[in-house]
Amino acid sequence: MYVSRAARYLLATFTALVLLVLYFPILYIARLSINKARSYAWPPQGFTLEWWRAASHASGPRDALFRSLETALLASAIALLLGTLASFALTRHRFFGRNAVSFIAVLPIALPGIVTGIALNSGYHRVGINLSLFTLVVAHATFCIVIVYNNVAARLRRLSPSLEEASADLGADVFQTFGYITFPLMRSALLAGALLAFALSFDEIVVTTFTAGAGFETLPLWIFNNMFRPNNLPLVNVVATVVVVLSIIPVYLAQRLSDGAVGVSGR
Amino acid sequence: MATTTIDPVNERGGLRRRISRVLYQRPRLRLALLLGGPLTWLVVAYLGSLVALLVTSLYHYQDDPTGLVQRLVTSPSTTNYQRVLDTDVYRTVAFRTIGAALSVTVIDLLIAVPVAFYMAKLAGPWVRRALVVAVTMPLWAGYLVKGYAWRAMLDPAGGVLHEVFGHSPGFGVSGTVVTLSYLWLPYMIIPIYAGLERLPNSLLEASTDLGAKAGRTFVRVVLPQIRPSIVAGSIFTFALTLGDFYMAQIVGGTTQFIGNVVYREFSANLPFAAAYATLPIVIMIVYLSAARSSGALEEL
Repeated sequence: MYVSRAARYLLATFTALVLLVLYFPILYIARLSINKARSYAWPPQGFTLEWWRAASHASGPRDALFRSLETALLASAIALLLGTLASFALTRHRFFGRNAVSFIAVLPIALPGIVTGIALNSGYHRVGINLSLFTLVVAHATFCIVIVYNNVAARLRRLSPSLEEASADLGADVFQTFGYITFPLMRSALLAGALLAFALSFDEIVVTTFTAGAGFETLPLWIFNNMFRPNNLPLVNVVATVVVVLSIIPVYLAQRLSDGAVGVSGR
Repeated sequence: MATTTIDPVNERGGLRRRISRVLYQRPRLRLALLLGGPLTWLVVAYLGSLVALLVTSLYHYQDDPTGLVQRLVTSPSTTNYQRVLDTDVYRTVAFRTIGAALSVTVIDLLIAVPVAFYMAKLAGPWVRRALVVAVTMPLWAGYLVKGYAWRAMLDPAGGVLHEVFGHSPGFGVSGTVVTLSYLWLPYMIIPIYAGLERLPNSLLEASTDLGAKAGRTFVRVVLPQIRPSIVAGSIFTFALTLGDFYMAQIVGGTTQFIGNVVYREFSANLPFAAAYATLPIVIMIVYLSAARSSGALEEL
């Protein structure tokens, strides 16, 4: 397909503009976190590290940070285990209801977060479980499973079964084959899946709203509860910058681990 | 005749070997062990909850004979669904939300196709890799932070848009649609990019050789081929908008979406909230089954 030089430049310029728009809001908040003025009005004025200092001493954001880390670590650990098991089951076996299982796995991210949120909330309510860290972790793990699943299943599909067959032919048992052959080949996919699950959980707020116990404020919840208080805006800017950095680092690492191609659902 | 074959591998070793042999010989058992955990989790925790939600939606509150308190009636009835259909406000909110979801999907589609095309077919290998990373990264980070950033930018009093361009959509439906389009754009770009990348260049060259100009090739060859990718992207932009309620709160002013009503009713009248929340579920199930036939689910 011949694309004229003018059209090429036009498309390149358009893409550059879209990237600019994608990154501007995030960079703007980072800039505001070192802004002298308290308001978020354009243009930013002056530089100060005062808000970063204040934020490091404030207990609210620090507690929220630990809660978010705790939740994300537990949820991604569970998702790593269940997602990996599911990906082995669905890529290595053909069975009745296989499509239904993969459909159920996609549902928690295909249905709106608010549906997942109030469904889990009323489910907990029905069996008499009070909201706590436990209920939040269960909720997060549920929508993180598919992220790990997608990542690991993509690797398994590329992995030739003949390697494992060769291992078995040479006398290795199931566990040896897994330990010496399968696991090393998919280690990076496991790590990438876990990192993405961590990032997703760390950043999540909708399901969190309905499944976290009263007073259990994660970082995104803290930001939301404070963004309408003009006095707290400088702190919000700092916390927002921290959230972006902490969730972008695992995503960047996951990108590197999976050869640069992390899709929308972690594949 | 009894078999006397000696299997040198399986006869050796202890318990681990025996377990291994059992696992190796019984794929069904292997499958059960693999699938048991995740399936139980998804069915018990997730499907169970969804069913519980649907059952709750059939309950309703009724005035106590004293008229002072409300009583929860647990015999199934379609009272809440009737109320959704009969009340103007709930209908308006539903149509507004669906309209917003469609607008966001169309806006993202119009922006994503040229960007994805540039990435997949025109950019050099190095630029392409960099662009994929650059587009994907913001998708995973700072949903709420980005909403907050747009609040700062959309503010008619001193926000970037008003100060630099002299005009801001302000806080309302259009501000919310702009913000949501921004948020979900990468969800549209990535699947379309993946679809275009898989599309062999020879197909495009053949079209050119046969005399089609770029525009015609694009409409007649490229678009039909990447249709599943477009549908896959639209599942995200549509579903995510349909259920969103934080952005309407942050940049929507007094705008109400389905999610806002569900959120408000959630603590006051859970059965009604549950009934109203089935609306996005039904819409998405219809959307997903339509998408299934186009092969879009494989692209997710």
